[in-house]
Formats: sequence, C-alpha cells, structure tokens
Amino acid sequence: MTSEFAPAAWSGEGARLRLAELADLADLSEAELLELVECGALTPDEGTPGQWVFGITSLTVARTARRLREDFELEPHGVALLLRLMDRIRRLEEELRELQARRPG
Amino acid sequence: MKFKDYYAILGVERGATADAIKEAYRKLARKYHPDVSKEANAEARFKEMAEAYATLKDPAKRAAYDQLGRHGSDEEFRPPPDWSTQFGGDSGAFDGMDFADLFAGLAGHPRGRGRQGSAPAMRGQDYEIAVPITIEESFGGTEVSLDLTTTEFDEQGAPRRVPRSVKARIPKGATDGQVLRLPGQGGKGFHGGRDGDVYLNISLRPHRLYRASGHDLFLDLPVTPWEAALGTDAAIPTPAGTVKLKVPAGTRGGQQLRLAGRGLPTPQGRAGDLHAIVQIVLPPELTERERGLLRDLAAASAFNPRRHLE
Repeated sequence: MTSEFAPAAWSGEGARLRLAELADLADLSEAELLELVECGALTPDEGTPGQWVFGITSLTVARTARRLREDFELEPHGVALLLRLMDRIRRLEEELRELQARRPG
Repeated sequence: MKFKDYYAILGVERGATADAIKEAYRKLARKYHPDVSKEANAEARFKEMAEAYATLKDPAKRAAYDQLGRHGSDEEFRPPPDWSTQFGGDSGAFDGMDFADLFAGLAGHPRGRGRQGSAPAMRGQDYEIAVPITIEESFGGTEVSLDLTTTEFDEQGAPRRVPRSVKARIPKGATDGQVLRLPGQGGKGFHGGRDGDVYLNISLRPHRLYRASGHDLFLDLPVTPWEAALGTDAAIPTPAGTVKLKVPAGTRGGQQLRLAGRGLPTPQGRAGDLHAIVQIVLPPELTERERGLLRDLAAASAFNPRRHLE
C-alpha cells in the first residue's frame, strides 16, 4: 500500500486547457470537441477558434460527453442534446440551493 | 474470484439474441446511469450492468463467458485450465484479478498473447470520488486521504488490482459541486499510455448554523420584537470566529444583514459574504408583566399593517 501526497490541480479559475489537451484528458477527438462547441454544449472560457482556452467545467462536460456516448451508445446529436438538458438541470439545482440558503430555516 | 452471472444482471435468458441483450441494457441504463438516475446506489449498479453488457455484446467475449459454464452468483470459482489456454493466454495466474479482467484480454487489451506483436498504448483509467467536506474544512482548506483500488499491469500485461492510499490537499474555499483534478493518480497506463487521473467531486456537508451558496454563507439571526424595533448588538458566529454585528433600529423580519468578506475564501484571495437573515421571534411563554406591557403597547399604537388589505 503506497501513500503519497498528491499535488492537487486547483479547479475552476486555475485550469487553462488547449483543445488538444482537453481532447487528451477527456479521451475524445478534437473533431468531437469541435462538434460540441458548435452546438453549444461546450463553451471555451476565452480565445478565438484555434486559440481556445477551456476551464475545468469544460473538462467535466467533455468527460460527461464521452461517458454518455459510450454508456448510451449515442451519436453526437443525442449526446449534445443530453448535455444541454443536464446543464439546464444543474443550473436549476444551483438556483434552488441558493433560494433555499436565503430562506430562513 | 467470484463468478458473476451477466445474464441475470441484465435480466435476460442465456440464449438471448444480441438485440434482446442490447434492449435489456438500454432499459437498465436509462434507469441506473448516474448522470440521469436518482436511484440509490445507481453508480455501483450501473458499473455492474455495463460490465455485463461489455462482455455479452461482443461475440468473442460472450463465447468465452459461456464456456465458463453455469455457476451461482458470487460463487467462488476458477476458470477451467483449458479455458485459459483457449482464451486467456497465460494459464493459472488468476489471483488478484477481477472477474471482468478475464474478458479484457480478448479485444486489443494489453493482456493478450505476446505473439500478437506490439500492443497499442493504453491510457490508465480515470477515477471519480465523492468527497464531502464541512464548511470549516472548506474555509481553512484540508487534507483528505483516499483509498483507491487501481489497476496496474505486470510484465506479462496481466491486470492486477492494487490498493493504494492517496492524500490530497483540498484548497481553501472549495465550494459545493467543485471538481478537483489529481493528475496521474489514477490507473497506470500501459505501453506508453499515460496514467489516468483522479477527479474529486467536492460537496459541502449540511451545517448546524450556516447554509452555503457558492462562496456566500447564510445564517438565521433570531431577534426579539423590541430588539428589532430599538436596535441591538448581536454576537454572530462566523467560520473565522465570533464577530459583533449592529442590528439597526427598525430592522424588519426577513431582512438580510450582510457581513462582507465573512464567507468562504475565493481563489482570487478575496471571500464571499455572510448574510444574517433576521427572524423576529417571540418568547415561548409570556409572563403576566410582559403580557400587560404588550397590551399597553397595543393600546398606544395606531399602526395598522393591514391597511392595504382593507
């Protein structure tokens, strides 16, 4: 049993991933990522096409895309649709949490 | 190793057609996939059915599985010696293997026969772990110790499950839903493939006092009607310690008093706010004197809060 102190890559604002890196980490092709950006399921944090920079939220989305494609055997259109719905759900849950936090208990 | 009845897991007969198996898997995936399911234990159940489907949907793997014969679920068993010669390459060395690994060697996985030539580079597996932390731990940052069982490959390319303990530092101000990536801490890659990563899904545990929303914290602040009317000084707990807050005279019920920078730290070196939500509360029981004073106040006051309803 090995015990190691792992250097944690700080998430959120810290991560800056190029398209190629994102493809590698998410195990998707660059073409697949481009398709996801095209249909709005994935949004670069900054940059112009060819110079895009992605954050860790994009990595989470991309990894989810990979999982959905594999586990549900979906083609890209289905994956993109699912991702958009999941993003909407996530934002609604966030809004709900905020409202519950602001409400006296 | 323990036998797994893949047909039973998918709820199909042993002779089921490929289409029937696919349909059964899809139905279960809709129900148990962690991304779309709220069922208890969805993740573990899905992993099981995904493994079953991966084996049964591939004709070669399914044939190999059928050759193992019928056994009870979770029954201890070993593959027969002629099975490994036909399908597994290296016979005998099944200790430390997972049941699923038996079939991994049949379609381009590193555990193949040496004479197949150079195997493709395989990246290591990624792992995702849920890490619930307290608000105090988020406030000050914390270290967590994670127990993983990752896959490594020996010289013959046989997979081995290796228990490991990984320590990770959670930085200050980690919020609910945040993801932390530990590069290279996942399963080992093979043939030059890169090692997998570990992803930590942070969640904030419910707290006795505070409710969190992003980096902001919310706290209920009960005050008496006379404190709200006349104003008061209140001692407010914050993650950094108690602070004094001036409740202004004429504070209304439900009003939020903001303590700037008293929430959770943000990565930019600042911090969210702590909001004290005022709640006007009455004593559970009134003394005769209190009751009398309140009646006097009622008689002396001309205030009608329901004028607009008339």
